[in-house]
Amino acid sequence: MGEHGNGGPNTGAVIKAGDGKSSGYAIDNPGLPPHRPRLADADEKAAKRAERQVSALFLISIIGTVMFFVGYFAVGVTAGDLEMLRLQNTLLGVGVAFAMLGIGLGVVQWARALMPDHEVIEDRKPLRKEEDRAEAAQTVNEILDETQIKRRPLLRNTLIGAALLAPLPAVVVFRDLDRSEDFGPERLRHTLWAEGVRLVRDPTGTPIRASDLTVGSAVHAIPETLREVSGHGDRLAEKAKAVVLLIRMNPDDFEPVTPGREDWKYEGIIACSKVCTHVGCPVALYERHTHHLLCPCHQSTFDAAEEFKVIFGPAGRPLPQLPITVDDEGFLIARSDFTEPVGPTYWERG
Amino acid sequence: MSTQSLESKYTEEQYSEVDQYQPATRTGKIANYVDTRVGGTGMVREFGRKVFPDHWTFMFGEVALYSFVITVISGAFLTFWFDPSMASTRYDGSYVPLQGVEMSTAYATALELSFDVRGGLFMRQLHHWGALMFVMAMAIHMLRVFFTGAFRKPRELNWVVGCTLLLAGLGAGFTGYSLPDEVLSGNGLRIIDGMLKAIPVVGTYISFFLFGGEFPGDEVIPRLYSLHIFIIPAVILILIAVHLFMVVTHKHTQYPGPGRTERNVVGYPIGPVYAAKAGGFFFVVFGILALLGGTFQINALWNYGPYDPSPVQAGTQPDWYIGWFDGLLRLMPGYIGDIPLEFVIPTPWGGNSVATPVLVTFLPITALLLGLFVWPWVEAWITGDKKEHHILDRPRNVPGRTAFGMAMMIWYFVMWAAASSDLIATHFSLSFNDVLIWLRVLFFAGPILTFIITKRICLALQRKDREIVLHGNEAGVIEMLPHGEFREKHTRVSDYELYTLVSYESPEVTSARPNSRGKVGLLEKSRVRLNRTFFEDRVAPVSREEYLEALSHDDHGTAAELPAGSVAAIESKKH
Ligand code: HEM
Ligand code: FES
Repeated sequence: MGEHGNGGPNTGAVIKAGDGKSSGYAIDNPGLPPHRPRLADADEKAAKRAERQVSALFLISIIGTVMFFVGYFAVGVTAGDLEMLRLQNTLLGVGVAFAMLGIGLGVVQWARALMPDHEVIEDRKPLRKEEDRAEAAQTVNEILDETQIKRRPLLRNTLIGAALLAPLPAVVVFRDLDRSEDFGPERLRHTLWAEGVRLVRDPTGTPIRASDLTVGSAVHAIPETLREVSGHGDRLAEKAKAVVLLIRMNPDDFEPVTPGREDWKYEGIIACSKVCTHVGCPVALYERHTHHLLCPCHQSTFDAAEEFKVIFGPAGRPLPQLPITVDDEGFLIARSDFTEPVGPTYWERG
Repeated sequence: MSTQSLESKYTEEQYSEVDQYQPATRTGKIANYVDTRVGGTGMVREFGRKVFPDHWTFMFGEVALYSFVITVISGAFLTFWFDPSMASTRYDGSYVPLQGVEMSTAYATALELSFDVRGGLFMRQLHHWGALMFVMAMAIHMLRVFFTGAFRKPRELNWVVGCTLLLAGLGAGFTGYSLPDEVLSGNGLRIIDGMLKAIPVVGTYISFFLFGGEFPGDEVIPRLYSLHIFIIPAVILILIAVHLFMVVTHKHTQYPGPGRTERNVVGYPIGPVYAAKAGGFFFVVFGILALLGGTFQINALWNYGPYDPSPVQAGTQPDWYIGWFDGLLRLMPGYIGDIPLEFVIPTPWGGNSVATPVLVTFLPITALLLGLFVWPWVEAWITGDKKEHHILDRPRNVPGRTAFGMAMMIWYFVMWAAASSDLIATHFSLSFNDVLIWLRVLFFAGPILTFIITKRICLALQRKDREIVLHGNEAGVIEMLPHGEFREKHTRVSDYELYTLVSYESPEVTSARPNSRGKVGLLEKSRVRLNRTFFEDRVAPVSREEYLEALSHDDHGTAAELPAGSVAAIESKKH
């Protein structure tokens, strides 16, 4: 352990701390600067003052804890009363905050003002001694010799083989993380939509008449058959693929259609998958003047007039269009399932 | 076989000493009890007065540790009520607007925690603020380590442990964020699902295995739950233990300064000063987090509604450490002009799709994260420095590294800012297409400009240090010299301050080293190029000759006759 240098700055009384390299610098290491006593070191009154400060902080901590109890027991929160809940939460939080800060700041102040503030020097031990290293290497070699592993390659090779295979069960055992009967990427190609399935409003489930839709309006739709799917998880999974946006536009606004899609619209009504082709957020925002659809996640923008072509953003493909028509009663129905998988691109999509 | 001798290394007295020792004081009795069973006094002797250097920048690691502890404590509280099941239930708790709504048990119990468990809301908010603070403190701690070069030999492996901790922190945060199963967390998972599916060959299956089938299913939240409350915290805990163990083995680094050398540690002993300060600091961090949890609302779950694949919340923000992934997804365009970047590889079985716009975002992520892990070795390779270092660098004295680190920080900030491109656009009434295009430009130009500017700043600061060493500080006093010239009076700084300014190494550019066949390979050429970017316009520290020369000017020539020797000699001559 070293001590503080006792020379004042520039007095010439310089301690050489000598790390063997300091001589390479413009001046030698002058050693630790002299220790400056604090007020509380010299003056018992100042020390008393520091003591009172610290215990005042500890008292604040006690008040904080009491505040917590007031918040917990005295504030009655009746069902649905957000204001009282906020008040309670504030009292609990501020109470704990005082309780903790009081102790914390008190102890820190105690350490700063009253505990010794002499910096000390400790030597670093070299991380290892050469003789230790040599001895360890020797031990390892002896152990290896005693196992005879170097002399008997058959032992070594079969052991390596076994050790490589043995962990495989630990991987394979996770196979049943997905136990679905329709396991595999094929299921991503199908949704609940099929010929004749009615488009109903999301989430109420009421069927939609073509005449209900005025030009410029957009409706969130789901297949009527979604109701019949049992199980919360399955229903959500089906819904996650089947959500559709129905838009009615002025028929003149559509750009020429792709051959084969002539009868996919009904009058000015066109339907598209709401699952973004980027990474799958719901494309939920429709801007009627520009007939643009916007995905709020990463701002992909699709143009309803051009079969949902991407006009901005990271999406890599147009939104799939759902072929629709009306049934005898005038309700909108699907003509078929989507003709391509919906949602984000996956390797097996093709 | 030779017989083993029964002779012991230790004498009989040494063994019986233990039995005969009669402690006199109470402390002595307790100490003796523990010591004869687990050998505790050795620890006290070893650690009781161990020296730790003190500097405010050494505090962030501590903040990270304490925030983690507080997050664990508050999280354990949450587990008593939270039920991660995705089974559907009808909400009948006391939050009126959602009464009667069908939702998952996970969401219902998270609401129960917020409204029907006294102190539950506080604990949830404490947990979330604790998590944010944990990751934030780790990030700042890492920047401190980076910019001061504390990751150099012998601490490279601890740097790697630290990087792993940061990743584990991100994992803990993301899995936690997803647990309450409302619209926000569901959409987060939806994005993860989309990103997983973009991975060639295995991606689709990884998604299936994670979700137990198609997204979202009803298995993912219980799975994330065991990751979140068991596996990831256990990993973090083990890594923290390893991390701290290594800190003790290496002893802490210290900033350069008088009395500090590569062979010593200068600081306060653990007992009592350091322990009191560090222990007190735990309560301070706890207090600050409690204040945040009590007064700043975070993740007001009840506003979002249960997860449903149809609605989405516009303008919501992911937690800060996840934001840059989201920003990257926005920055990468799907089309260039009319040409889609996505394509299909034709195969006999119908083709395989490559989701280029998503895949490209993996590149910067991998570059940044992988770069983080291997930086200690990359830097040692560039500089050729294989020595041990216990004295930290002042960032200005390593302009190459400092500039590179700043460049990477700006890169990160651009990606993060991109996650808020819509908010930036609406806030400043710009078109968000324009904002995004500017961010794309910044994505490339930002780091390069930052590198150049930071390096200039470092070099300027180094020159200023040289000024101070050679000519002292300006005292703000104009004096008149005997021959009538006016000049500003300079005061020399003390040796103690001086030593901090001159005691650093500034390696020169190294030239190419031919390999064993006498050739300079491509790798070596790029090393030399990087080495040059690091060191070419270096500012060397003031040398002894320069310093003596400057002193001799002070003394109007009197010192010039002195043989070049110790500064102290000159100093004493002056008095
Ligand atoms: C042993 C350690 C931990 C336990 C037992 C735990 C437990 C929990 C539980 C039960 C929840 C769900 C309740 C809710 O959402 O309100 C939760 C949420 C969360 N956890 Fe943890 N957690 C731990 C560690 C962490 C860590 C280390 C982080 C971050 C780095 C973290 C970040 C989060 C976040 C961001 C949430 C969402 C909070 C919210 O709803 O606002 N947790 N945690
Ligand atoms: S998910 Fe729609 S833009 Fe990214």
